[in-house]
Amino acid sequence: LLGRLSLWVNHRQCVLISRALCVQQLHSSSAGFTDGSYDGLYPGHIQTTPMQKALLAVGSGVAALQNPYRHDMVAVLGETTGHLALIKLRDRMRNDPEGYTILTERPRIRLSTLDLNNMASLPDGSFGREYLRFLEDNRVTPDSRADVKFVDDEELAYVMQRYREVHDLLHTLLGMPTNMLGEVAVKWFEAAQTGLPMCALGAVLGPLRLNTSRLQSLFTSLGPWALQNGRRSRCILSIFYERRWEQSLEDLRQELNIEPPPVTLSATNKSST
Amino acid sequence: MAASMRLLVRRVIRLSHRNVNVTAAGLPGRSGCCWAPSSCRCFSDAAGDKNTHFGFETVSESEKAKKVYKVFENVAQKYDVMNDAMSLGIHRMWKDMLLHVMHPQPGVRLLDVAGGTGDIAFRFLEYVRSQQERQKRRVARSMQTPSWQDISNNYSTEEEDGPQESTAVVCDINKEMLKVGKQKADSMGISAGLSWVVGDAEELPFDDDQFDIYTIAFGIRNVTHIDQALQEAQRVLKPGGRFMCLEFSKVTNPVLARLYDTYSFQMIPVLGEVIAGDWKSYQYLVESIRKFPDQEEFKGMIEDAGFYCVRYYNLTGGVVALHSGFKL
Repeated sequence: LLGRLSLWVNHRQCVLISRALCVQQLHSSSAGFTDGSYDGLYPGHIQTTPMQKALLAVGSGVAALQNPYRHDMVAVLGETTGHLALIKLRDRMRNDPEGYTILTERPRIRLSTLDLNNMASLPDGSFGREYLRFLEDNRVTPDSRADVKFVDDEELAYVMQRYREVHDLLHTLLGMPTNMLGEVAVKWFEAAQTGLPMCALGAVLGPLRLNTSRLQSLFTSLGPWALQNGRRSRCILSIFYERRWEQSLEDLRQELNIEPPPVTLSATNKSST
Repeated sequence: MAASMRLLVRRVIRLSHRNVNVTAAGLPGRSGCCWAPSSCRCFSDAAGDKNTHFGFETVSESEKAKKVYKVFENVAQKYDVMNDAMSLGIHRMWKDMLLHVMHPQPGVRLLDVAGGTGDIAFRFLEYVRSQQERQKRRVARSMQTPSWQDISNNYSTEEEDGPQESTAVVCDINKEMLKVGKQKADSMGISAGLSWVVGDAEELPFDDDQFDIYTIAFGIRNVTHIDQALQEAQRVLKPGGRFMCLEFSKVTNPVLARLYDTYSFQMIPVLGEVIAGDWKSYQYLVESIRKFPDQEEFKGMIEDAGFYCVRYYNLTGGVVALHSGFKL
């Protein structure tokens, strides 16, 4: 039994890693200039003038609206419009002892830093086990987040990167799958929590793509729940998730002041809206 | 002091994490060679390798070719869309102007170097085809009221379509660009008289005295040794052959120059990021334009390669210059 478990875990690791590698190749092709040495404040940083940032914000906004699957455009929109919100987030993190630890230690959530074997062996209901289940059910990998490019402060760039990497963990905490309705619910939560204009935009425009029954569910139960919890919960970026895999999910939710979701959504195909 | 130490420590940790990622992936081939070039660059001495420019950056000459290859590999799929967006469609006028000045007659052989997606070659074939049709129509019109002498003459002469066949060879160092060009040709239904060759402008895979016209449109500024490319052009052209080059050049009017610079540096990398998802390639593009010699200097270089009657035409106020020379 143990042998089969380890085989199954290895297979799962291979699947996740191979998917991450495909994404890695996607990034390395355009990041080919950065190699070992980089100019700018951090690897991948591109200096931009205020005019370029304005043009980028407008252009990426239009591109993201035209094709919502262009995650890189959503990322650029977030970076170019989120300066004030990032400062507020950073200050919130600094005032929280655990958040301050994160700002100094700068952990990154990537497949290489996660110990999948260990997480798979955790009991059901623990945070690590549920996160792994979420990754598999929705067929996503934590390595698909674009690097930050246009934030002109090294620490704020890390806050932005942390926000992106925590997004999947937030899905697990809120119990939301990655279909359109789940994503919109998470966006509402994030908009209430972080105040990033990109989240607000996504929160407003996301519902336009939902059918009526889901819209109803969103406006009556999921939406208000997401907004309320976004406002009252502790700052989700201030949690050192990497050290809390063994903690039970319910326990973590209570600590963060998040209620469990009013409606349980299943991880259906992403194509159905 | 402490902050910079922290940065250094963090960087070392990040580098070691990346190493861990490479070994954990268990793919020695691909990730190994991603890592190797950067470490080689740290330790190799550039004494034997001359330096050149890559945009505003200074790199060794062997590096430049590789980096340029990477740029065009990345942009190949979106190349035509980006050209339209960046030049607001004006690049079509420039290329049409090239053909108009070239005025090719049916039966000439064209070599389009750095021809990538085939814009010049397609226009060439189209131009020659319409020229041929015009000739046929002229012949048909003149035969409306033939005399007995004309009719008996026409019985003996045959249609000479064979020797009139014009061919275009598209040569590019980058396979991705050629792939996109071939796809375009297939979708447009053009196949006759067109061939696609992988080759380096500094060392063309053709014999001497092969072509009537040699064109290079917006490609020569990416070549590491421009003089070598010009000499190769000299070599493969037939005596009497024409060398034509379209390239970005110096804007003469100072007001237009300011506007052009602002547009280039502010707008074009943004367009690159939004449309193609690649800022750095388009940053390279606008920087490489600044590094290219101006109209007079380039004219001198063409003359040095052995071309005669070299002249240039400024298009759009000097944004683009069309240079032309003859091998005599």
